Amino acid sequence: MKITPEEVRYVARLARLSLSEAEVAETTLQLDGILSYVEKLGELDTTGVLPTTHALDIRNAFRADELHKSLTQHEALANGPLQNGEAFVVPRVI
Amino acid sequence: MKLHTLTIHALQELLARGETSSLELTRAVLARIDAVEGKVNAYITLDRTGALAQAEAADVRRRQGEVGGLCGIPLSIKDVLCTKGLRTTAGSRILEPFIPPYDATVVEKLRAAGAVILGKTSMDEFAMGSANENCAYGVPKNPWNLAHVCGGSSGGSAASVAADECTASLGSDTGGSIRQPASHCGLVGIKPTYGRVSRFGLLAYASSLDQVGPLTKDVRDAAIMLGAISGYDPRDSTSVNQPVPDYTAALIPEFNGLTIGIPKEYFGAGLDPEVEQAVRHGISLLTEAGAKTVEISLPHTEYGVAAYYIIAPAEASSNLARYDGIRYGFRDHDRHELLEMYKHSRSKGFGAEVKRRIIIGTYALSSGYYDAYYKKASQARTLIIEDYARAFAQCDLLVSPVTPAPAWKIGEKADDPLSVYLSDILTICTNLAGLPGMSVPCGISSGGLPIGLQLQASHFAEEKIFRAAYALEQRLDLKNSCQL
Repeated sequence: MKITPEEVRYVARLARLSLSEAEVAETTLQLDGILSYVEKLGELDTTGVLPTTHALDIRNAFRADELHKSLTQHEALANGPLQNGEAFVVPRVI
Repeated sequence: MKLHTLTIHALQELLARGETSSLELTRAVLARIDAVEGKVNAYITLDRTGALAQAEAADVRRRQGEVGGLCGIPLSIKDVLCTKGLRTTAGSRILEPFIPPYDATVVEKLRAAGAVILGKTSMDEFAMGSANENCAYGVPKNPWNLAHVCGGSSGGSAASVAADECTASLGSDTGGSIRQPASHCGLVGIKPTYGRVSRFGLLAYASSLDQVGPLTKDVRDAAIMLGAISGYDPRDSTSVNQPVPDYTAALIPEFNGLTIGIPKEYFGAGLDPEVEQAVRHGISLLTEAGAKTVEISLPHTEYGVAAYYIIAPAEASSNLARYDGIRYGFRDHDRHELLEMYKHSRSKGFGAEVKRRIIIGTYALSSGYYDAYYKKASQARTLIIEDYARAFAQCDLLVSPVTPAPAWKIGEKADDPLSVYLSDILTICTNLAGLPGMSVPCGISSGGLPIGLQLQASHFAEEKIFRAAYALEQRLDLKNSCQL
């Protein structure tokens, strides 16, 4: 096996997902198949090959540091599932 | 005259001559939606009132002499593009209540050109899929045969155009998500060069691969739509500042002086014989039109799927971290501890395929695995780009199938994600290399399902694609057997 149920539980926690035991079992099986397929990349000799992160040669895009119109506080908060008109309300963390 | 069946350019002529109005046209399309949407399920959200108001406004603008390129034309938009004041779900429960406070740049451009936006179309959740079966809001049906998939992830967009529930649509393509549904629904669909079209307001799946593009009834409509949405946007740092040509100027019947490359790896084992036959017939028509052909090898094509299914999930795992139940979308209000709230909001909001890809991506980027997976895949991406560079030194265009087989039956591959991933093998490398690619109809299978032909070109060479597609379209007489 390429991946164990323990690793799936660990990665799910990193990704802030909660999986049931049945989902862990199914995901482990499916990921094992996918990762075995991906092993195919190991056939390639990539010594000295630079990795590509963007297909076009794009440089940093800078703009003048000028103020532009942005969303109002009301617009920015409007989609918050829990907000009090001034801020998003989150569970207590301290 | 059935207004809902017509192309953008035919309607533009009727509208210009005053033989119809946008209001009449929009009402005709809404009546068509009433008649067939129950069978097709192309839309997630319809905006009847808004569409009629936009149509009236377009008619007023036209009378005042303000005639944009899409004045009064009713369009659908994939539900992954933000529409101000109109719900945008990305096909996911996690965004079920989301009302964007702004328009995507492409939507802004369509509105400026006078288009009427009818509603938002069904898609694979967060654009993750090749069949439009990963749906929180029901699977759209292929208008050519309702038992079959539309292709994904812009399946609702394709279905809405093929079923005449709009005149044209916008989709997005990360690994084939415009070209595959266009192929399966008998439409023209183009994924532009990376950076040609702004991604501002496109809900991100894999940022280094995503591009927005049109799905249309013919090649001329695709040229009109692409012209309308292209161009530099300072709000997308990856958009490229290059002039936008008039793509319709490329629509000439002759095809002399261009060389088409036939990549042998795209005609390998597993290709449906009917698909191969239809594509080979398309190639012979292009040759008759004056093209020279050359056999090409793209030896790293077979590594495309493996590289993509590391790179795209890796980017997705980062992009989708923003859906945390705090700023927008679904929140599990029963959880009062932060980490529990995150985990349960996300787990209830996301569907199975999205969770699967987030987990693959998180795994590939996690400590100890980065070199083996993400770095290796990014190096394979370089080798794929180098293959294309060698190919385009010998030819102007690459011609191939779009999908290994016509649309499969809904549910046929439900339990086997890997077999679905493998169906992307012919479209994925285009995105990894940032190239433009199109699907244009080239045949119909014995089972009555459409078959597309893929055209790929070098960066910003969309005009060559349009020339070839138009030359092919002029020489093919495909009977539309889509009967709804």
